[in-house]
Amino acid sequence: MSFVLPALWLFEGGRLISLTAPDVSIIVLYFAMVLGIGLYLRKFSSTSDDFFMAGRDMTAWVAGLSFLSANLGALELMGWAAAAYQYGILATHFYWIAAFPSMVFLGLVMMPFYYISKTHSVPGYLQLRYGESTRALSGISFAFMTVLMSGINMYAMALVMKVVLGWNIHFSIWVSSLTVAAYVTLGGLYSAIFNEVLQFFLIWLGALTIPILGLIEAGGWNGLVARIHERVQGDYTHLWGPLGSFSSNPMGVHWTGILFGLGGVIAFGYWTTDFLVVQRAMAAQDLRSAKMAPIIASYFKMIVPLIVILPGLLALAVLPFNLVPESAAGPGLHSYNEVLPLMLARYCGPGLLGLGVTALIAGFMSGMAGNVSAFATVWTYDIYRPYMNRRGTDKHYVRVGRWSTIVGVIASICTWYLVTHFKSIMDYMQALVSFFIAPLFGTVILGMLWKRGTAKGGFWGLLTGTLASIGMYTAVVIHPAWLRYVALSTDAKPMAENLYRALWSWLICVFVTVVVSMFTAPKPAEELQGLVRAYTIIPSDGDLPLHKRPIFWGVGVAVLFAVLQIIFW
Amino acid sequence: MDESLKEIPVQHRHHRMLPVWFFIGVLLLIYGVIILLTSLRNFHQPATVVLANFHAGIWAGIVLILLGGLYTLKFWPRRRH
Repeated sequence: MSFVLPALWLFEGGRLISLTAPDVSIIVLYFAMVLGIGLYLRKFSSTSDDFFMAGRDMTAWVAGLSFLSANLGALELMGWAAAAYQYGILATHFYWIAAFPSMVFLGLVMMPFYYISKTHSVPGYLQLRYGESTRALSGISFAFMTVLMSGINMYAMALVMKVVLGWNIHFSIWVSSLTVAAYVTLGGLYSAIFNEVLQFFLIWLGALTIPILGLIEAGGWNGLVARIHERVQGDYTHLWGPLGSFSSNPMGVHWTGILFGLGGVIAFGYWTTDFLVVQRAMAAQDLRSAKMAPIIASYFKMIVPLIVILPGLLALAVLPFNLVPESAAGPGLHSYNEVLPLMLARYCGPGLLGLGVTALIAGFMSGMAGNVSAFATVWTYDIYRPYMNRRGTDKHYVRVGRWSTIVGVIASICTWYLVTHFKSIMDYMQALVSFFIAPLFGTVILGMLWKRGTAKGGFWGLLTGTLASIGMYTAVVIHPAWLRYVALSTDAKPMAENLYRALWSWLICVFVTVVVSMFTAPKPAEELQGLVRAYTIIPSDGDLPLHKRPIFWGVGVAVLFAVLQIIFW
Repeated sequence: MDESLKEIPVQHRHHRMLPVWFFIGVLLLIYGVIILLTSLRNFHQPATVVLANFHAGIWAGIVLILLGGLYTLKFWPRRRH
């Protein structure tokens, strides 16, 4: 079997490969379809409930696929493929331990509170549970984070355009972003969700060629492992084995960081409180569908490594050159972040290449649409309405939502260049998660499960946790030696530092919330009904057949998780 | 809003919508045809990619046509009313 195929590396004026007419037609058809869906759905989304919550009318499957697709942005696809090249199969922890427990927990434990309280957003829940100040803090930090996350998606997209197509980056960014702005502005969350489900299919079908042909080329899984061992030092093919110390694995992380920092805080924070994804489950047609949405998504999340992690590992095994950090990339040198486009170009001929590129564009659009639709909702409901104009009509708020969608897209475009300062896209994303999401999880989970939590406790806990996280990050930038205090070792790498920083910020948030709550007055019980476990009657699923109960499917994904851990231990 | 939709409660409006699966089916079907035809045309002169002899485009085209065709037929608007 050929190890190197020289003709693949035909650079034409800086691009990796040229698109043919069928490839271009596939991409153009995709743009036409997403815009067509937006135009079609416009007539269904004129009230605020339609525009921001898709009429709370989605089936479990549509909400579930959309829930996952909003997370499967270009950042997720390209960033994790890059991380797999850097860190090996350890990156899979971000799909397994960082997904299944928290997604199932969201479905079974937290979703009932979001759904029964009839809130329209996570900051909205915090307003009901704690009060205005906590809502304002979380709303503003979420809006800020969302715009930055969108910037990452754009950066990932720009790489595709640059590496594969050789297109002008500014042209590509503006065309793709304005397309997202157009269809979300037209059809609101309806349009975002419909397109996310479509994008889910395209992402899978477009990216699946790489693992199939890659495994054939590498000689199956065993051949892949053997080739990696031949080419790189260190254990890149085991999940838990190399995590005994910081220096024994390429990620530079200890198992405690993965288990508690990633699986315990970052994952729970992201999947249960990031409104980008939670909004999709909130749009479900009934409580059972809302509970099932994240559980359905968790099954697909468990197999996403096939199209993301495996290509990164395959690149380690079969690419005839080494990829380098973004800062070292230049003429003839490709960065980690380009691994997925490089693998696409390696295996995909005319037509299939168009589908693969469309998959990456779809990933970009689904991630961006998720961000801007969530941004528009939080901006309109949690910032504009309570603090700028309380007396607007329903139509007025829909108009504000449409404009804030456009503003969110433009703000995202303005921030994308920031990402180029980071070695890996995923390090940047995890840094943001540790700043804003990790402490937020502490505030939300205490709010739902601890009736004694008070308004002041919630606010000061969230504020302190967020500031502590940003403070730790800044301290290590100024004094790199302080890494030993944040990440418990000087051998820790940026990813490991993010995990521990998230863990500390969550602990600080919880500690401060508890201490302040103990010295301040709680809300009366009648104001906490539907918001806190002790005062909420959650409808039972006991009357449903076993196969329709969310708990049944939650147990199923737990079994799948356990089997995968054992196989790749 | 479309006047005909105003009187319909929100939770029932989606019954008037084309399902998302229909859009997916149509797009995949068209993609399948494009990729299959392109791959057949290049059958004797495959692109210079790794494992070109496997003709992945033909297999992918067939899968997309089957999947897209199934969704298009199953969720064709006339069949729903």
